[in-house]
Amino acid sequence: MKKKKKKKKNDEIEMNENRNKVNVLFDSLSQKGKKALICYVVGGYPDQETSKEIIKTLINSGADIIEIGIPFSDPMADGPTIQQASLKALEKGITPLKCFNIVKDLKKQFKDTPFLFMTYSNIVFSNNLRNFLIAAKKNRIDGFIIPDLNVEDSKEYLELARTLGLATIFLSAPNTTKKRLSEIASASTGFVYMVSVFGITGSRQNFEKYTFDAVQKTKEIINRYKIPLAVGFGISNPTDGKNILKAGADGIIVGSSVMKLIMDNENDKDKMLLELGNFIKELKAICK
Amino acid sequence: MKQSNIGKFGIFGGRYVPETLIPALDDLDYNYQKLKKNKQFQKELANLLKNYAGRPTPLYFAKNLTNFIKGPKVFLKREDLLHSGAHKINNTIGQGLLAYKMGKKRIIAETGAGQHGVATAMASAIFGLKTEIYMGAKDVERQQSNVFRMKLLNAKVHPVTSGSMTLKDSVNEALRDWITNVKTTHYLIGTVMGPHPFPMMVRDFQSVIGREIKSQVVHETGSLPDSVIACVGGGSNAIGTFFSFLNDDKVDLYGIEAGGKGMISGHHAATLTKGKIGILHGMKSYFLQDKDGQIKEAHSISAGLDYPGVGPEHAYLKDIKRVNYSVVTDEEAMKAFLLLSKLEGIIPALESSHALAYLIKNAKMFSRNSTIVVTISGRGDKDLQIIREHIEEKEKEKEK
Repeated sequence: MKKKKKKKKNDEIEMNENRNKVNVLFDSLSQKGKKALICYVVGGYPDQETSKEIIKTLINSGADIIEIGIPFSDPMADGPTIQQASLKALEKGITPLKCFNIVKDLKKQFKDTPFLFMTYSNIVFSNNLRNFLIAAKKNRIDGFIIPDLNVEDSKEYLELARTLGLATIFLSAPNTTKKRLSEIASASTGFVYMVSVFGITGSRQNFEKYTFDAVQKTKEIINRYKIPLAVGFGISNPTDGKNILKAGADGIIVGSSVMKLIMDNENDKDKMLLELGNFIKELKAICK
Repeated sequence: MKQSNIGKFGIFGGRYVPETLIPALDDLDYNYQKLKKNKQFQKELANLLKNYAGRPTPLYFAKNLTNFIKGPKVFLKREDLLHSGAHKINNTIGQGLLAYKMGKKRIIAETGAGQHGVATAMASAIFGLKTEIYMGAKDVERQQSNVFRMKLLNAKVHPVTSGSMTLKDSVNEALRDWITNVKTTHYLIGTVMGPHPFPMMVRDFQSVIGREIKSQVVHETGSLPDSVIACVGGGSNAIGTFFSFLNDDKVDLYGIEAGGKGMISGHHAATLTKGKIGILHGMKSYFLQDKDGQIKEAHSISAGLDYPGVGPEHAYLKDIKRVNYSVVTDEEAMKAFLLLSKLEGIIPALESSHALAYLIKNAKMFSRNSTIVVTISGRGDKDLQIIREHIEEKEKEKEK
């Protein structure tokens, strides 16, 4: 175990020469005493061009980090909203390559905004893991969130991602043990993604006490690893976000509520972008 | 970082699931390992298998079939005679008893044709557990009598309308339910798939098939069989059949996948033969998928083989070449179904007909004085409608 810790230190030294954008962002926010607003969208929904416009609106309205979901045929951690959007995007021909291109284009305008991919293991692993991660790096993707990958099955992925300087963001849950939280924190770079509830993605009525307790416990443990904590799944309004941040999170992640606004206004793009902008501004206002 | 070998079959297997499920899998693994060695648990399980499910099942020497193929001596392992009509009950009783001992109150399961759903509902009834079954909306439509059976057995059936509305989507939906209700619920997976410990645990519960075959065939013939054949969908009856023979190098093992409308058509469920390594439903294994890693729909006339993945232990056994995996088409399976019904008075499930078809098709490959065991994993009553439609279609074609 001691030996392995030493190795990690060496990696950090290498990383420092070209620091991951996610780390840079969290550092600068924390210096200003602010919290991060992370927004998720399904890549290529409703179509590639609109998808780009949506992301531009999110960033211009205050999103600090963009998470792009590469649609997968069998999204087991997702609720109906993201399932439907993924399926529709796939029907319209979205591919991982096209998602790479979305980021490549947007990075021309938003070079300091971190872009993360959130997708399932099969998309990343089924062809050639190494080539996939290299292609991601070349297209200026900053890191990955893989909800069905856990630390003990990720040795090769971690080694490759470290070498390439891609952030590896692992998820934790309210029932994750302290021992595993330590493992998750030491395998993660960028931030740790705590799933707020027992459940899948999608908005909820109210968070129960256990969520806030879990935020507190998780923050306490991962703090030792000097890695920020972002919380997602089911945050659908500023009040929820505020309470999560108050419990100790360094950032909030919104996904399904963003997608719902997009899907509800699919036939009126102007209205969609306007409403999205307003929603993000409201959320941004509480991230302090 | 620790690299765990637990639950791995070579590079296959693992626990590719959301973190929320990890404590539940740890808990299940711990309790299973503990109860496996517990004499009281084994006694209760053996009692239920004997007096409720109807074990041991006979090993029948199929004389007419042997004469017909002019080849080796054929023995049939009669899992079709079990309560519920298929091998599925070996596993549901085992997991049901385990869940009951663990204090779980609620059982969920996925089902394709409904066989596993029915067997789960039966086991739950014994232990007084609340049961909810996820079944693709298309399958609900196709298998109405099994849906009704599950209702009679006091299970609630949820038609799944997401994705392709078939078995793989009902697995997704069951996993989503489990993530949400993990504290109270046991997910009773129906085959040797999913995250560790399921592939190992389901294999253990099904391995009673092979253990019985071994002692029965030795009793009948004085020696081990030369070849053993079973059909492979997710792979539970096949692993159950093979497991006791894995170290007997002289016993050739054959796993038969569903070739659907043929390899060229692309409409098949030949995961091991045509699939690519990937990750789905908690495991690394072979899957039918496109070049980007999107999972494809499987096709087979037998709903029990209609799954685009396969248990990780089969993936491993394929790679180390211990088991020969082959393919049989819908048409060939159908012929074997009709043949066994006529020759032996046994109506086999369409799934099991794939294993039979392989033997009939390749009878010349086996030496005349050798002994072959074919596992009849289930009975064909559930398939009568499909068979009738198929025969009627054939007759219409002839008239033209």
